[in-house]
Amino acid sequence: MARKPARAATRAPATNGRRPNDDIGEEVRLKLYHSQFRIRQAEQRAYDLFLQNLVKGTSHLSLGQEAIAAGFGCAMKKGDHTFCTYRGHAHTLARGVPVEKVLGELMQRDNGLMRGKGGSMHLTSAEHGVMGSYAIIGAHLPIACGAALRAQYKGDKDVTVCFFGDGTTNIGAFHEALNFAAIWKLPVVFVCENNYYMEYTPIGDITAVPSPAGDRASAYGLPKIVIDGNDADAVYRAAQEAFAKARAGDGPSLIECLTYRHSGHSRADPGAYRPKGELERWKKDRDPINIYRERMKQFGITQADVERVEAEVNHEVESATEACKAAPNPPMDILFTDVYADGGWAWRN
Amino acid sequence: MAELTYREAVARGIAQEMTRDPDVIFFGEDVGKAGGVFKSTVGLYDQFGPRRVRDCPISEQAILGAAMGAAMTGLKPIAEIMFSDFFAVCFDYIANEFPKSRYMSNGQLKCPLVVRTANGAGSRFGAQHSQSVENWAMMIPGLKVVAPSTPRDVIGLLAAAVRDPDPVIFFEHKSLYPMKGEVPDGEIVDTLGTAKILRPGKDATILALALMVPRALEAADRLKAEHGIDAEVVDVRSLVPLDTQTIMGSVGRTHRLFTVEENPRLCGWGAEIVSIVADEAFYDLDGPPVRITTPHIPLPAADALEDAVLPTVERIAETVRRSLQS
Ligand SMILES: Cc1ncc(C[n+]2csc(CCOP(=O)(O)OP(=O)(O)O)c2C)c(N)n1
Repeated sequence: MARKPARAATRAPATNGRRPNDDIGEEVRLKLYHSQFRIRQAEQRAYDLFLQNLVKGTSHLSLGQEAIAAGFGCAMKKGDHTFCTYRGHAHTLARGVPVEKVLGELMQRDNGLMRGKGGSMHLTSAEHGVMGSYAIIGAHLPIACGAALRAQYKGDKDVTVCFFGDGTTNIGAFHEALNFAAIWKLPVVFVCENNYYMEYTPIGDITAVPSPAGDRASAYGLPKIVIDGNDADAVYRAAQEAFAKARAGDGPSLIECLTYRHSGHSRADPGAYRPKGELERWKKDRDPINIYRERMKQFGITQADVERVEAEVNHEVESATEACKAAPNPPMDILFTDVYADGGWAWRN
Repeated sequence: MAELTYREAVARGIAQEMTRDPDVIFFGEDVGKAGGVFKSTVGLYDQFGPRRVRDCPISEQAILGAAMGAAMTGLKPIAEIMFSDFFAVCFDYIANEFPKSRYMSNGQLKCPLVVRTANGAGSRFGAQHSQSVENWAMMIPGLKVVAPSTPRDVIGLLAAAVRDPDPVIFFEHKSLYPMKGEVPDGEIVDTLGTAKILRPGKDATILALALMVPRALEAADRLKAEHGIDAEVVDVRSLVPLDTQTIMGSVGRTHRLFTVEENPRLCGWGAEIVSIVADEAFYDLDGPPVRITTPHIPLPAADALEDAVLPTVERIAETVRRSLQS
């Protein structure tokens, strides 16, 4: 079967004189840029550290998909919960977790988020509302429903955001979770990052509908929402709308964000299965960082402001790298801790 | 003191905990308005309402996943999986999610929930609705595993499970639901990891769980009456944490060990206990430890066939007698 064309890549930007999302404002725009640029730099650094064999195990970068994590991250409030996948560096950083904590975990050092007990696929920072990264496809969608159920039960106004890929829409847990959330009107926002590939297989080759999430929304009584996932303004706006709906007690949303990953699926993957020219086109026309730099210019944000943001990010990534290189390996005494709530691992008296 | 059935004890145990703690919620398939397919949750919906007692779609993954998410963020959910065989449909949560989140997050996340389920044979349901699967849970680090044999213990252990800060898998035995037993009035709260010596004896230790407990007790009576053999019967009650102290103490007095399991032969909890005793108390033993199990086959449906594979009173008594008198 022929691959579906990468629609977002060919979509023309809005140029009819009106400026969409004008009201987002300079402050939020700078935040959105900061978040995207920070994710980009941190992940690029993670890649460099692989090459030096300082990042161990596997790792899944989301270079090219930064606008989604940044857009949702900026719309989320303290107390909201994030559930993400093995490709969760971006979502974790977007909640404000220090770069050092993330890189430290990727490098499996004692200064990492979980002191090396979780690894890159399980980034967790409960204090930032990052309630774990889940490496079993789809597992976290039902779990996110549970967090949302708690908010609803307690009458709290926090929302739960659950990120996952296009491939995830074909697993049973996706459908169970969507139905669960819909019947109970849970305050949860499901965010499908459609990067056009499952692992190595184009999603169009193995999915019965063209929009893997959007086309299924109606099966759960939800509107079809498919947005440009490389435009942080569009993402931020969609996030705000979904959050308002959730906080008002009007139930879940399913948002499909069209995007593209620049890197391979994981560390081991050079991405050779992609048609020639596809990656180059996305990088040239639809790189979220470039799009956003251009956007800021249109909205009169000064070069000096942009450079200030970039310098701040570069400094954080640089000092995080140094701190991680200097950090010790985890000590052996954490090996047998936290299997059970008493802190230990004893299964007998 | 009142006489309750095991199924009534389930509802009373849940009600006890829901009354005590407003963060306890309960959900599963047909558990609310219908009162449960085994009628073990009758009355809860009327007492606590649809906000706290929820009927779920046939979505085992969503049921366990939602229980986990709610537990992680502050509630104390009790989730029901109708038949324990269906654990296979949602095993990711049991094997990968509940038990690992605390460890993987280096203690940042918690998962204080209870999964209740109807386990075991005796209802002629065949191989996909009759299994004893407590071993599936026992083998996973991070879970706690409980299986009561009396109405009183249902309440006490369920309370302990709900109050426990770790994920607990709670196996009810479907053939025990109609069984009656004395239950004291007022709140009952047990401690996990406490085996109970139900019948003291000096000649042999018989370890049993759930439905095998009443059978072991009857076998012990028979051994005494017919052969003058004085067997001690220990209800293991909780596989994790495992009360090895009580078990070793018993073996230290009787010097002979028998385990009675409903599971298929391979890799049962009895094998684990035998191995622990062999490792740590070998010189207490006067003879080889003996496992009494079902054969390593799927469970048949027909009553004569099903009866033939589960350990019976007869088989337990005979196995102990032959072993002691050989
Ligand atoms: C249950 C399960 N099946 C298969 C895998 C192996 N696997 C890891 S990532 C992946 C692809 C997921 O694709 P998608 O949901 O589109 O997410 P993306 O990687 O694009 O972010 C697969 C099949 C897994 N981790 N879990």
